[in-house]
Amino acid sequence: MSSAIGTEDLKIVGSRPLRPDGVDKVTGRARYGADVSLPGQLIGKVLRSPHPHARILAIDTSLALALPGVKAVVTRDDFPDMPDEYAAAGELTINYRDVTRNMMAREKVLYDGHPVAAVAAISESVAREALKLIKVDYQVLPHVIDVREAMRPDAPLLHEAQYTEGVSPKPDKPSNIAKRLEFSRGDVAAGFARAEVIVEREFNTQPVHQGYIEPQACLASTTEDGQVELWTSTQGHFMFRAQCAKLLQMEVSRIRVTPTEIGGGFGGKNNIYNEPLAIVLSRKSHRPVKMVMSREEVFRATGPTSGGNVKVRLGATKDGRITAAFAELNFQAGAYPGSSVAPASMCAFTRYDLDNVRVIGHDVTCNRPKVAAYRAPGAPIAAFAVESAIDELAGKLAIDPIEFRLKNAAREGTQTYYGPKLGTIGYVETLEAARAHPHYRAPLGPDQGRGVATGFWFNIGGETSATVNINEDGTVALMHGTLDVAGGSRAAMAMMVAEELGIPFEQVRPIVGDTAVLGFNFITAGSRGTFAGGMACVTAARQAIDRLRTRVAAIREVPVEAVIWKDGQARPAEGSAIRFEPMSLAQIARLAGKTGGTIAGHAEINAQGAGPGFGTHIVDVAVDRETGAIRVLRYTAVQDVGRAIHPAYVEGQLQGGVAQGIGWALNEEYVYGADGVLQNPGFLDYRIPVASDLPYIDTVLVEVPNPNHPYGVRGCGEVPIIAPLAAIANAVSHALGIRLCDLPLSPPRVARAIADRPA
Amino acid sequence: MSELRYEAPKTLAEAVALLSGAKGRARVLAGGTDLLIQMRTGRIQPELLVDIKAVPELGEIVAGNGGYRIGAAVTGMQLIEHADFAKRWPGVVDGVRLIGSLQVKGRATVGGNLCNASPAADSVPALIAAGAVARIVGPHGAREAAVETVVVGPGKTSLAVGEIVTSLLLPPRPLRSGDAYLRFTPRSEMDIAVVGAGVNLTLDAQGICTQARVALGAVASRALLVPAAAAALIGTKVDAAALARLAAAARDACSPIDDKRGSREFRLRTAGVMVCRAAGIALERARRNDG
Amino acid sequence: MARHHVRATVNGDAVEFLCETGQTLLEALRDELRLTGTKEGCGTGDCGACSVMLDGRLVCSCLVLGVEAEGRSIETIEGMAVGEALHPLQQKFLEHAALQCGICTPGILIAARALLERNPDPTEAEVRDGLAGNLCRCTGYHKIVEAVLAAAREMRGA
Repeated sequence: MSSAIGTEDLKIVGSRPLRPDGVDKVTGRARYGADVSLPGQLIGKVLRSPHPHARILAIDTSLALALPGVKAVVTRDDFPDMPDEYAAAGELTINYRDVTRNMMAREKVLYDGHPVAAVAAISESVAREALKLIKVDYQVLPHVIDVREAMRPDAPLLHEAQYTEGVSPKPDKPSNIAKRLEFSRGDVAAGFARAEVIVEREFNTQPVHQGYIEPQACLASTTEDGQVELWTSTQGHFMFRAQCAKLLQMEVSRIRVTPTEIGGGFGGKNNIYNEPLAIVLSRKSHRPVKMVMSREEVFRATGPTSGGNVKVRLGATKDGRITAAFAELNFQAGAYPGSSVAPASMCAFTRYDLDNVRVIGHDVTCNRPKVAAYRAPGAPIAAFAVESAIDELAGKLAIDPIEFRLKNAAREGTQTYYGPKLGTIGYVETLEAARAHPHYRAPLGPDQGRGVATGFWFNIGGETSATVNINEDGTVALMHGTLDVAGGSRAAMAMMVAEELGIPFEQVRPIVGDTAVLGFNFITAGSRGTFAGGMACVTAARQAIDRLRTRVAAIREVPVEAVIWKDGQARPAEGSAIRFEPMSLAQIARLAGKTGGTIAGHAEINAQGAGPGFGTHIVDVAVDRETGAIRVLRYTAVQDVGRAIHPAYVEGQLQGGVAQGIGWALNEEYVYGADGVLQNPGFLDYRIPVASDLPYIDTVLVEVPNPNHPYGVRGCGEVPIIAPLAAIANAVSHALGIRLCDLPLSPPRVARAIADRPA
Repeated sequence: MSELRYEAPKTLAEAVALLSGAKGRARVLAGGTDLLIQMRTGRIQPELLVDIKAVPELGEIVAGNGGYRIGAAVTGMQLIEHADFAKRWPGVVDGVRLIGSLQVKGRATVGGNLCNASPAADSVPALIAAGAVARIVGPHGAREAAVETVVVGPGKTSLAVGEIVTSLLLPPRPLRSGDAYLRFTPRSEMDIAVVGAGVNLTLDAQGICTQARVALGAVASRALLVPAAAAALIGTKVDAAALARLAAAARDACSPIDDKRGSREFRLRTAGVMVCRAAGIALERARRNDG
Repeated sequence: MARHHVRATVNGDAVEFLCETGQTLLEALRDELRLTGTKEGCGTGDCGACSVMLDGRLVCSCLVLGVEAEGRSIETIEGMAVGEALHPLQQKFLEHAALQCGICTPGILIAARALLERNPDPTEAEVRDGLAGNLCRCTGYHKIVEAVLAAAREMRGA
């Protein structure tokens, strides 16, 4: 999209107005998934597998159905089977054959927590009682949890008909390795042969959960003629509509989805879980059905992201030029194929300008919940491995780690190993800003270490729609279909519209349009909200402006070319001989009814030209050598954000992403027992950081505008979670003089590394 | 579906009668911060909840005979905010401070922290080190028991059916004595002790340790009183050599398990570290408590 | 199932509700009294999203039975703003961008108000300790801490 606007002209973009959803959120008015209710609603609950792997021999629901107060029960028999059919959902791809099995097990249960039946009853307590009365006959099968074990030829098989894709000839035996993928460029063997220093390491990370504080919640109402209304906490209501329609073999027009306020998602609310169950329970019971997950259900059956096993090999010359890079990424997909190994493979080295690269990825099924996207899916795992190896290589070469990255940094025009050349990017700018930051030179105390790491994420655009309705008094109702998943994109979109129209921010009221009032919008993922949503809103605003100009041309009886829009007014074009009395937006709006009807602008676009994001992070840690406890002392996140529409909300994205990365690095992990049952499905033992665990997180916003966006926006939400894992591991490694390659860096693991250190 | 009943008796006798009459299917409801979770997860399915918070004497903090009587239904926050108690038994307050969040401590009671019988309960090693005694009332009358004898294993107490802990008795605080409790957790707050250590010691005028009690949490099936660890301190100036013996004795007393919260190996190592650090704090407090 | 008839005071108003013995105060507030500003994030007292004041004491309403509220006074987020004015904490949360998704915000505001009532001039560390029972996954707490400190300054008239 052309006609970018220079910073000097901006009145609203770059300022810090109060978010339009703010007062609702500080007063308890905001309505989230579990806050929506309908008269006569029933409560739906899910029966889940206690086994990590078992064949379902029979399900008997008769006793549950006979319990007074139970109005409907559903099992696999209530849902049509689906053939293999792939669709995009955020950055990951889904297969409807698997989605239907994941929401309700068919032949087998594949993880502890896998749904096998659901009930709708007049109360929560009756629903719970009913679940106890459902008899499921299981044939328990051997299970496999760890990704490396799952890759072994003799591992218990989850899918008997799964043959590794991407291998030729086609393997003659099924495998838990669903897919092998490879990216390469140049001659890696020759590159390593030229290398004077080589670093080779193997890294492991554990699955972590998105950890949104609001559990999944939805409310469905199905009428006797097959109309569905669905309220749900989602990152993409159009995608949920599409998935429900597909899974239930309904026409899309039959389903209207209204997104509630979302209590965090981070990729974990890209996909349906209970929604189709609630719709069918409502259809069977003729009552609205509300389904709210417990926190335990959230942990056992939604998310998480992959755990990964990553082998990295890097070679460089003594003057600090990387000659070859190799990585093998083995990612847990959970119960069904479709981990984030593909984006992770593409991100692994895309901060560097490399001639010789080879990356192999494996997507591996195992008896864990099917993974979901989590903020820059897969990239933190790949970056943890690669940025740790880069740090070690810089150390071996005795080159400052930022200087080493600068010597090899990707720049505009750098050829990636997965496809495109990079456009205008700000990686070097983030490195230079980090190097210049006082943090980078601050003294360190004993048992303290400093780490640096960097991150890259593609960012995406996609289908987006918006409507700018000019109200009769000249204020604006902005309807957008790309959800504000809480970062503040609705404020940013309203700011851009106000900027375009030249009216105060407070005169634009942004609302999220439901699926009945706007055209299709892709899910809010890939850091596309403010980029693509903003592009659509600006497009719609400009269409409205064109229509405003046309009206004024008619009213003033001048050619439309003679009318320009500036500072909230239709005015004579500068230098034009045609003069007329300017008209404000309010004046035009008041006359709209008499000049052709209400004025609106629409946009239905597929936003292209997302600008990649890069970040450079610096962290200081202190290590308690006696206990292995790590304390994060100081953190600075530098990121190229293109242009910060609302800088405070952009800072919030960086701070939040860093905090999640710190949790991933230090304490978060799924703990399974030998029985394959998740042992820590709660916030007590799944340890996300609390306020007293963290320092202030300083942010530096570097602005290298994205030339493809009218305001230069780059997505900013995902990049900040990529670097913290490696930055912290590097800091701990420097504090201790021991390279730590396995996450989380929990006290027992760090203490053992200290104890095992060769004297 | 069995009906869950709720009673809130106003007297101890009524409470004991209700509990005795329920044939073991009754539960005492004090703060409820453990009980409600156990009910929610289905781990327990009681038929009767006896809310003891309406019994006045169970909610009192009473100073007397140089010591303190803390009602079993006194909440963590009440105890933390009791300035004189906190001055006398800072180690017990250390432990109470670590029972969950402020929100949890607004409900959770000291009696409940004991009777929930978690090996990792934070106030229990501190109370054991302090030499606290539980007063117990049941259908056959009242008795007293050292705190270290109340819990017998995870989730199990030595209380008979119908018996409840009504209060905890803290002895007089001698001059030149001090106590401390420390625990290790991965997070700074909102966590369960991987190891907890309580130390209570008394010095003579020359700074020699004359009495000590050392207790450990989360390293065995219940919180332990470790006399051998105390012996390592008695007769010393709590110097480096004594601390090394203390750590060794503490580790010897541990019989930890590997679980989701920490490995056996890690618990053994960290028990020694925590007990030494707690001893250091107790020592400082004892030196300052010179009348 | 027999239900208890409970009388309590919520945000200064006398209320009555019915609840089963096993139902929590949180469920009573949300489902019976339709005060949905108080949120459930975990149901086990580990996230603080359901924080309310019970007789002046900060508690997790998911760890209190509805029946225990008999005769007691409860304050929720819905009672925090006074008349047309937001509480200074609410205002500072807006100004400092201290919320994103907002699901933790009601609980954090209740906990922050309780903190400032006890300690009108907290340090950064005291604010972090005072909010340690309230999980936020969006913000990294940075702007929350800043907002609480700013509100404390304003409330002290400093």
